[in-house]
Amino acid sequence: MQAYEDLNAEANFADQIHRMVMKMNQDKLTAPPVETELKLSDEKIKLQVNDLKLYYGDALALKNINMTIPEKRVTAFIGPSGCGKSTLLRCFNRMNDLVDICRIEGQILMDGQNIYDPKVDVAELRRQVGMVFQKPNPFPKSIYENVAYGLRLQGVKDKRVLDEVVETSLKGAALWNEVKDRLHDNAFGLSGGQQQRLVIARAIAIEPEVLLLDEPASALDPISTLKIEELIYELKDKYTIVIVTHNMQQAARVSDYTAFMYMGDLIEFDATNKMFTNPSQQQTEDYITGRFG
Amino acid sequence: MKSLFGVRAWFRSGTPWIWLNAGAIALCLVMVVGVLGLIVVRGGSHFWPADLHQTEWSPESGQKKMIMGELVRSETVSAVMLRESGATVPAELEAVTRYLVKVGNRDIYGRDFSWYMDYEISGWTVPEGTIALERRERGNFYGFPLKLSEGDKVIAEGPAMWPELLQRVERANTIFQQMKDIEKNDISRINNQIEKLRLTERRLVLDKASDAEMAEFKAQAAAENKVLNDEYAVIQQKLDQLRAESNRDSLVARSAEGREVTISLANIVHAYAPNDMSVWQKTTHYFKGIANFLTEEPREANTEGGIFPAIFGTVTMVILMAIIVTPFGVLAAIYLREYAKQGPLLKIIRISVYNLAGVPSIVYGVFGLGFFVYIMGGSIDQLFYPEALPSPTFGTPGLFWASLTLALLTLPVVIVSTEEGLSRIPSTIRMGSLALGATKSETLWKVVVPLATPAMMTGLILAVARAAGEVAPLMLVGVVKLAPTLPIDGNFPFVHLDQKIMHLGFHVFDVGFQSPNVEASRPLLYATALVLVLLIVVLNMAAIYMRNRLREKYRSDAD
Repeated sequence: MQAYEDLNAEANFADQIHRMVMKMNQDKLTAPPVETELKLSDEKIKLQVNDLKLYYGDALALKNINMTIPEKRVTAFIGPSGCGKSTLLRCFNRMNDLVDICRIEGQILMDGQNIYDPKVDVAELRRQVGMVFQKPNPFPKSIYENVAYGLRLQGVKDKRVLDEVVETSLKGAALWNEVKDRLHDNAFGLSGGQQQRLVIARAIAIEPEVLLLDEPASALDPISTLKIEELIYELKDKYTIVIVTHNMQQAARVSDYTAFMYMGDLIEFDATNKMFTNPSQQQTEDYITGRFG
Repeated sequence: MKSLFGVRAWFRSGTPWIWLNAGAIALCLVMVVGVLGLIVVRGGSHFWPADLHQTEWSPESGQKKMIMGELVRSETVSAVMLRESGATVPAELEAVTRYLVKVGNRDIYGRDFSWYMDYEISGWTVPEGTIALERRERGNFYGFPLKLSEGDKVIAEGPAMWPELLQRVERANTIFQQMKDIEKNDISRINNQIEKLRLTERRLVLDKASDAEMAEFKAQAAAENKVLNDEYAVIQQKLDQLRAESNRDSLVARSAEGREVTISLANIVHAYAPNDMSVWQKTTHYFKGIANFLTEEPREANTEGGIFPAIFGTVTMVILMAIIVTPFGVLAAIYLREYAKQGPLLKIIRISVYNLAGVPSIVYGVFGLGFFVYIMGGSIDQLFYPEALPSPTFGTPGLFWASLTLALLTLPVVIVSTEEGLSRIPSTIRMGSLALGATKSETLWKVVVPLATPAMMTGLILAVARAAGEVAPLMLVGVVKLAPTLPIDGNFPFVHLDQKIMHLGFHVFDVGFQSPNVEASRPLLYATALVLVLLIVVLNMAAIYMRNRLREKYRSDAD
């Protein structure tokens, strides 16, 4: 019993820290003057989803999704577990192809070209649409080789080019200062948060156009989460970012647009400010205010 | 209220289980230590220069004589038993102690070892001034040196000759080594070339070459043959000269019972005087003996000399086996795990592969002989070595077939551990690579396989341990009692895959069961077994060291 109480106390303490950090973070992010109201219709479209249906065997996991992802913005997918937000995210770089029983109908256009066209080279597509997973998954190689991996795949051998890209990518992922003296150490020596930033550096090293983040901070401590969120904020100048998150505050903090999904349906998709202040669907409001999910 | 004491409480506390488990481990340790201890003691003691004991032997029938030799062991047997086996034991005795003595001097007594009854001998003494000579032929000689002569001229006599003797034995050994080098290198090279000429000619006949071509070749071959034969004659002359040189000195020595023997120094491997040696000298002699055992070739039907060819053969074969089995097993495992469609068929295949590990090894030997040697080897001979037929090149047991058979034997082990290693790699790592635009094969070769290398090494360790200790199949596919040459030498193509080899495991069998001189070979049996165990330990340690390095390199959260 005593142990349980201790544990509980500790959990509460951790929670408090988390709240504090989140608050700091929010203050920081909302500190700059609110820019002009975002409107989806004004944005340049990067990805367009048309009548997308996805089946796992016989089960329909995504029911006729239609949406557009704006270029160089952060789009967040929120929704309860099992609503299909990760599945939808994986459609953008065709990671679902790896699941044998998975079948897709409909289209996803990237810059007007259907990525499910049989002529599309999946490897090439994945070079343009990078992805970061929930759990940090660095390769069992040195930090340097992790970042250089994508380039080496493309056949880049020039040491100077590699050095330069590794440095800019690590700087881009706000990791350079922490690892510059041990680039050739094993990547597993890094902390979880550092590993996740390394994975982001690895993804941006091949200069993708779109970056998919699948709950990138859910396995990290508050401080690391903060750093990742800052990073997302900086990266959106260069990349179109789509992020799946369970954390409502995180979606509110980092995203420009938010999509709320429920049971394989896209319920509502709009500017984040509007979604969190004045959603047009009752379901959205219920979820955001914590009445279900 | 239940009692907190007593048997029940003791059982409930779990203590008996702990004792049971600890007891099992203790038993295992006792057995391991017992096995190792036995072979270390029995094998290791052989190299210690035992004192030469002398006594006067007065048998019931026949006359008294002095005997001398190494005391091997003594035992007490009942007099009744001895009487029944035909010995005349004095009536008043009920039990008799008898001694086994290595008397040596096989050229005089006809055998090295004799039993002597306690009641037939006077007490043992350790006389000074004795020598023991380890000879190339006819076993050891024990006796007293009389005089050392060079040709007909006497160089030294009595105790003063000792340093002179050692020096001259050294010289004879150097000459002997030179002769062996010549035989091994020059003569075998010339023989090889002559054989090659013969085969080329035969090949031309088989290819139905035109007469003109034939004539041209024959002329050329005759010329080359002449050169080679001339060269051979020169070498032969040199050999004869060396042989005469090595036979220059001889030693006259007296055996214990007073017979004088003349021994050519060319026949002496090593001369020592055990009774006059200090402990330090004996220790040096001991380690030299072990070194010689490890580096020399066997003599006298494997009952004397060293086991170097067997060590060399075993290591070569195991390394070759590892080279064959690793890529083969790894590729098979990768296909099974990564590419094959998982289903009932694959399940059957997997179960079959796993069960191959349980097939008795002699069955592999039979398969190796029937398929590898006769079918594959026979075909290779027909296709590539028709000129040598009817004498087979690969169509006969040899190193390559032995390695291949062992590779087949150990294949399941490598496949199973590689598969396990592959399945343990977290899918997130594969996904990470795929998400960066890598294809499946790029992911496999750049990320997954390197991560699975420690598991592959584990498989290899198990394979090596099994292969090095396997004997039964090898008797069928390429291991022999005595191989005249090593499978690797200076003649092209340097590694002779078709050659028969010696093997430590088979050597143990041969020395233990096929030896003409059981008593003499017994210590060698233990020593060889010890070397085999140590060799496997060394091979395993090397593999484990490599695996740990790899683990460190590919350390991951998944482990």
